[in-house]
Amino acid sequence: MATYANLQDQYPQRGTLGRNKARDARERLIEGVLMAAAAVSILTTLGILFSLATEAVSFFRDVSLAQYFGDTRWSPGGTRDRYGIWPLISATMMTSFIALCIAVPLGLLAAVYLSEFASHKARSVIKPALEVLAGVPTVVFGFFALIFVTPLLRDVIPGVSIFNALSAGLVMGIAILPLVSSLSEDAMSSVPRSLREGAYGLGATRFEVATKVVLPAALSGIVASVILALSRAVGETMIVALAAGQLPKLTIDPREQMQTMTSYIVQVSQGEASAGSVQYKTIFAVGTTLFVLTFLMNLFSFWFVRRFREVYD
Amino acid sequence: MAARTDSFSSAGEFRANLPLRKWKGYIFSALGILSIVIALGTLLTLLFDVVQDGLPWLDWQFITSFDSRFAQRAGLRAALAGTLWMMALTILFALPLGVLSAVYLEEYAGDNWFTRFIQVNISNLAGVPSIVYGLLGLQIFVRLFNLNRSILAGALTMVLLVLPIIIVAAREAIRAVPSSMRDASLALGATRSQTVRHHVLPYAFPGILTGNILAASRAIGETAPVLVIGALAYVATTPTGPLSRFTVLPIQIFNWTSKPQKDFHGLAAAGIVLLLVVLLSMNSVAIYLRQRLYKRF
Amino acid sequence: MNTVRVTPRTECPIESEHAASPDTHHRDGQMVAGAPTGPLQDSNSAKHATERQPVQGRDPATDFVVEVRDLSLWYGNVRALTNVSIGFPRNKVTALIGPSGCGKSTLLRTINRMNELIPGVRTEGQALLNGVDVYGRNVDPVEVRRRVGMVFQKPNPFPRSIRDNILYGAKINGYRGNYDELVERSLKQAALWNEVKENLKKSGIALSGGQQQRLCIARAVAISPEVLLMDEPASALDPISTVKIEDLMRDLVREYTIIIVTHNMQQAARVSDYTAFMLSDEETKGQLVEFGRTEELFTNPRDRRTEDYITGRFG
Repeated sequence: MATYANLQDQYPQRGTLGRNKARDARERLIEGVLMAAAAVSILTTLGILFSLATEAVSFFRDVSLAQYFGDTRWSPGGTRDRYGIWPLISATMMTSFIALCIAVPLGLLAAVYLSEFASHKARSVIKPALEVLAGVPTVVFGFFALIFVTPLLRDVIPGVSIFNALSAGLVMGIAILPLVSSLSEDAMSSVPRSLREGAYGLGATRFEVATKVVLPAALSGIVASVILALSRAVGETMIVALAAGQLPKLTIDPREQMQTMTSYIVQVSQGEASAGSVQYKTIFAVGTTLFVLTFLMNLFSFWFVRRFREVYD
Repeated sequence: MAARTDSFSSAGEFRANLPLRKWKGYIFSALGILSIVIALGTLLTLLFDVVQDGLPWLDWQFITSFDSRFAQRAGLRAALAGTLWMMALTILFALPLGVLSAVYLEEYAGDNWFTRFIQVNISNLAGVPSIVYGLLGLQIFVRLFNLNRSILAGALTMVLLVLPIIIVAAREAIRAVPSSMRDASLALGATRSQTVRHHVLPYAFPGILTGNILAASRAIGETAPVLVIGALAYVATTPTGPLSRFTVLPIQIFNWTSKPQKDFHGLAAAGIVLLLVVLLSMNSVAIYLRQRLYKRF
Repeated sequence: MNTVRVTPRTECPIESEHAASPDTHHRDGQMVAGAPTGPLQDSNSAKHATERQPVQGRDPATDFVVEVRDLSLWYGNVRALTNVSIGFPRNKVTALIGPSGCGKSTLLRTINRMNELIPGVRTEGQALLNGVDVYGRNVDPVEVRRRVGMVFQKPNPFPRSIRDNILYGAKINGYRGNYDELVERSLKQAALWNEVKENLKKSGIALSGGQQQRLCIARAVAISPEVLLMDEPASALDPISTVKIEDLMRDLVREYTIIIVTHNMQQAARVSDYTAFMLSDEETKGQLVEFGRTEELFTNPRDRRTEDYITGRFG
């Protein structure tokens, strides 16, 4: 070892422990860049609010809120303009309701099975398969609803139109099922082992552990997943645009065609409405309504989880 | 087991009634399996249906031709090129932005209102319907930035849409880097940014890559925002640059599906087959990477 | 040996000419034996540490590489160290012992300001590294860490080649010498050279636990630190690897000053020249109870609590 040169000399002169101005400046610059990148998400939110608000405010200068929420007919751009949002909202609620009727029970049962009953091997096959289902683009589901499911329904149920809420809702239910099942399963798997083992130790069966221990403990997460699924269904666009039709109609018959808020926006977008026209402004008014609805649902779901979460350590 | 149950029952104090209770479990479990069968069965039916409808249309001419009023001559060359442009531009912007945000939130940000605000904001953005992003893009990128209905306007919109996905995945990957790595680096006199560049990011790379693939596949499959931005239904040229007008695969599929003629539905199905092949192969790569990532820790 | 020795650093005020002179041992011995007299001997546990004279007398002639003065530390509102004063003699192994939660690791990590990475940490007092307070105004923690080597409880080599593990610190610290030479000398110093010299491209995490820890030691000495901090370096290792690390420390101490945290009293007795016993009780969190030559502290402890701890009677 004695043959080595002095190691200390191989390093730059070590002065005081003081700060290195250039390095400090560089570190601060890097932190600034990172912070700016993180701030893009805030700019996005501001951008959404700005672009919705400017046009929506201008829309409500022409159309009163009383008409928007009071009228029951939606026929913009016609000879006699009517701007009642209810047909669009009721269609949105109808398709979302049908979707939830499929997604919630099936999704929850699937989640309970995966979390409490399935073997490790079954889980390792089923979960990726459900992820594939979740990764299918909605335009593909729209095609499937219109070209495959609707003819099938028309064979079975009398009076189903070519475009109808039922087909769109059913397929949308399958499309959002993975969301319900994976979020609920996450909630169930985070219930601690000790709680389950306590129940098993008292002689409970798997069924009893699942329904009386795990489900109540995971309830807040499950409710949150249902609300998020509802919010997703309300904002879902391509399935309804293709399969539910483009006719704004206030009806509760799911066999009929109806137009949701999202498919109205699609319809106007396809028509290249010129900026500044009332038609152009309507999509922002409808978009604002849609945004506020989904925002409230998301907010409620976050609040619910935080408020009712069981904390285990 | 049964004998034991009986002895309890006969004792009168306990009515364990195990057989019935177990049956409830079997039924419950069967319902769970049934639900999964319905979900995955639908998926299989869907796949089978599009393959059956689309396969006859899927040939070389379909890929190399532009759209046409005649189904026999129509193809998705423009849409394919548009999708590739779109994906490349989206990742070009979204990857650095997302990773830098994640690094800031995980490695730099203190626990203060600004950080919490960004976090709440990101989870909220993830829940905003995609069509609303389209309205944002229409108003800000198309009109305010004057990008017109170009690929760039579409890609920037898509960047904002997939950013939450990339940020969340990158944060998880960064959080999974053992703190002992950071300690080792800092104790040797590395600065914070050196530690991030030399150790944290290379370590988190597979996770970040996975998030990116998922984001890219989302960007490929999304239809609504691009539709609102104003991707064209009928394009007879491939894009020449980021400011060209464009169409993408899902838009092309949407248009063909909307047409009443059955032949166009066949074209739509063929387009779907192509789209799904691309998406499935991307997702399998992501899943494969994630498995490998798990093995490493 | 003298050719390899770290040269005296002229910029350090406390640095004295006799750093490597043979009478240092003598001085150290005198200092420690003589200093803690008077109040300490009749001190009892009821007395507050703050009321007491500092356990460690400060003889300005003594050559301390690191000297901690009246140091206190809080994690948020929880106090972890209380008015600790202690000097770590040059070219000696000093062991910090005490029950878990007594603040010995925290004290170790104050020396290279690693505690600051935990949010909400507040430090008061001084820690002098060759006479310069690392908590002084305008002191850059990065600069401090470049002069202090640290080995952690769990071996934490980077998931890169052995060679890159050694060279990482050198590169970021502006090393100008020959890379091959540095790799060889560092690995030899860590007694790992013979085992890995054929295969320097092998990943650091592919080594055995004991080898990994020696790689971490090699990595730490490669930046030519002024002091080497070791936080229970053998606690995650098997007995044979532990013996190797202990032997290694006796070799390294000819060139380096070593401060080691250990919960293993036999280990402290085997490897250290000096030992500090720390304790947290209800009144005083993280106090230094006794400091002295290891032999004396173990055979003839002055404080009742030290005696209780080393004889295993501690509650």
